[in-house]
Amino acid sequence: MMMNNYLMLSAALFVIGAVGVMIRRNVIVVMMCIELMLNAANLSFITFANYRHDMTGHAFVFMVIAVAAAEAAVGLAVVLAMFRNRETVDVDEMNSMKG
Amino acid sequence: MGLDNIWWVPILPLIGALMNGLFGYRMGKVWTTFWALGTTGLSFAIALLAFGNLVAMPASERVFEKVLFTWVQAGSFTAEAGIQIDPLSGLFMLIVTGVGFLIHVYSVGYMGEEDAYPRYFSYLNLFMFSMLLLVMGNNFLLMFIGWEGVGLCSYLLIGYYYKKDSAADAGKKAFIMNRIGDFGFLLGIMWIFWTLGSIDYTTVFAAAPHSEELMRHTRWGGLTVVTLITLFLFVGATGKSAQIPLYTWLPDAMEGPTPVSALIHAATMVTAGVYMVARCNVLFNMAPVTMVVVAAVGALTAIFAATMGLFQNDIKRVLAYSTVSQLGYMFLACGVGAYVAAVFHVMTHAFFKACLFLGSGSVIHGMSGEQDMRQMGGLKEKMPHTHLTFLISTLAIAGIPIFAGFFSKDEILLSAFMGHTPGHIFYWLLATIAAFVTAFYMFRLYYMTFTGELRAEDHHVRDHVHESPFVMTIPLMILAFLATVGGFLGLPTALVHLPHVLSDFLAPVLNPVAAGAHGEVAEGGHHVSWQMELGFMAFSVAVATLGIFTARYFYKVKPEAAEELARKEGLVHTIYVTVQNKYYVDEIYDYLFTNPIVVFSRKALWKFFDVKIVDGTVNGVANWTMGISGVFRQTETGRVRNYATVMAAGCLVLIWAWIMYL
Repeated sequence: MMMNNYLMLSAALFVIGAVGVMIRRNVIVVMMCIELMLNAANLSFITFANYRHDMTGHAFVFMVIAVAAAEAAVGLAVVLAMFRNRETVDVDEMNSMKG
Repeated sequence: MGLDNIWWVPILPLIGALMNGLFGYRMGKVWTTFWALGTTGLSFAIALLAFGNLVAMPASERVFEKVLFTWVQAGSFTAEAGIQIDPLSGLFMLIVTGVGFLIHVYSVGYMGEEDAYPRYFSYLNLFMFSMLLLVMGNNFLLMFIGWEGVGLCSYLLIGYYYKKDSAADAGKKAFIMNRIGDFGFLLGIMWIFWTLGSIDYTTVFAAAPHSEELMRHTRWGGLTVVTLITLFLFVGATGKSAQIPLYTWLPDAMEGPTPVSALIHAATMVTAGVYMVARCNVLFNMAPVTMVVVAAVGALTAIFAATMGLFQNDIKRVLAYSTVSQLGYMFLACGVGAYVAAVFHVMTHAFFKACLFLGSGSVIHGMSGEQDMRQMGGLKEKMPHTHLTFLISTLAIAGIPIFAGFFSKDEILLSAFMGHTPGHIFYWLLATIAAFVTAFYMFRLYYMTFTGELRAEDHHVRDHVHESPFVMTIPLMILAFLATVGGFLGLPTALVHLPHVLSDFLAPVLNPVAAGAHGEVAEGGHHVSWQMELGFMAFSVAVATLGIFTARYFYKVKPEAAEELARKEGLVHTIYVTVQNKYYVDEIYDYLFTNPIVVFSRKALWKFFDVKIVDGTVNGVANWTMGISGVFRQTETGRVRNYATVMAAGCLVLIWAWIMYL
């Protein structure tokens, strides 16, 4: 079935995003990976909405896109502030919460 | 001003204390003086008028009680805040306010240069308030509050020069010694409440003679309850009035400013014990065993302290030991039931001892702060007013006729001789020897200070010797006048056919011991023939004169003789050194009580209990927490990527568990 392929693509995108968050050190890339994970979830929503002929899934997708836009705005502002203070975008440098 | 407003007498000094304590440093010295002298002077004026009203009343009605409000009410326990004026408290009120006011005036001159002038007067006024509360309260609790209050003020004023270690230590010593006595006093009060159900004087003294429990019941080795109660009360008196064994604080109290020594440690506070015993005479009369203890302690203190004063070189210390010794006389009088003689001696002693202390203060002032008599001498010409007043008071304390001390001391000696207390002849003998010693050391002091050549080596001191200003000498003159005429209130009735004014006045309050039991009264010489009285007087005058001439020989006529005697080897030397070191009593107390407590506190309480157990527990908990958290803090790397990884792993575990078990 076609649906299987969509879901497999969604899972692949999610794993790429998750692994990217875990292993990349550039904060911009980390944010892009988070974006990737969100969109993988969106793809699953759309797939199931289409399969079940239920518009609720579409509504959730718009919701996620709105949240993702807000998150990107705040996140980039944080990155900007961080770069101004530390002149780096390496997340491993940001370890002042070390116990 | 009627007796209704009598409560202003204690309150006014309190107002003065508050004003000077709170605003003294902002008001400036003039206003401080105004508040300090104004309140005490007004208080004295009111006391004088009230006393006049009291005397104007018929003798049997001379008790005035005014309850201001009920202070404590708990179950069957009631304590009122009330004032009781009767002949006894009226007399003490006059002594405290009168002598207190004079010493306030004197202090203006003596303490004028002090920076802490408002603090000094604040304490001094607070002392007046506490002492007036002590003597004017209508129940034992108010007396106790005043009792503690004067102890506190005494501590504050002894430690007035608190930057000096010796003064701070002396203050602590006085406070602790007093506290030991106060504890006994408090136990006595509690026991009175326990047996009689009240602490009000009127109720207690009315109920006591009829109380079965007081007289019949016995505790601990067969002593009656009233004996134990009075013994506890007397423990309080030994602390406050510096009797054996709690007297050691008084000589050290001389670290305070001299007017304080005059007011607190000679004229008023230390007589609180005598006041208390006289106030509780009903109880003490019921306890013959206690009376023997009181008389014995009094007589022993009189002779013991007198000998300690023999070879002291500090002018104030000689006076301190003489105070302890004179207080011993008062307790001797109480112990043989001659309460009137005791109160009479309190009064005359207040006059001449205040005068002596203030005179010594004037000398110290003139000598630029020097207190060692070996540096003095020949002050007769340089300080004529001080010299004359000092001589009068010295004659008064030595017991030379027409001066006040003669009459009161003679009455005490006669009462002891004629008393009923077991061993009274022995106490009389001790007191007579003490009278000789007193005359000797007081005139030793007089000759060393005022006659001969000025021995000060420092030429600044030599050139600076001067008479004190009038603000200091006028109180001296008034006190010397009182020390001269004060004795006429208690002329021996057997000799002159005039009434014993004081005895008649105090009669409603003070019940002579054995008055009912034996039907005869030894006190005041009522039943003493005039031949005997005259013989007695001649004997005591002879004893005093002998003391004076011995002192004259050693310290004026032939000063070398004294030095020669002091240098002698053998027994004489041993005695001299022992007496000069005050029989090593301080050292014995240190060895027996202070050092064990210090060692125990240091070794057991501090080094073991505090360091090992208290600190050990606290630090142990802290260390343990730190050790455990040291392990767990390793997980907090501060790296976002690690947190994300752990979170993802957690999610996977949850999903796996969900799939497997649901």
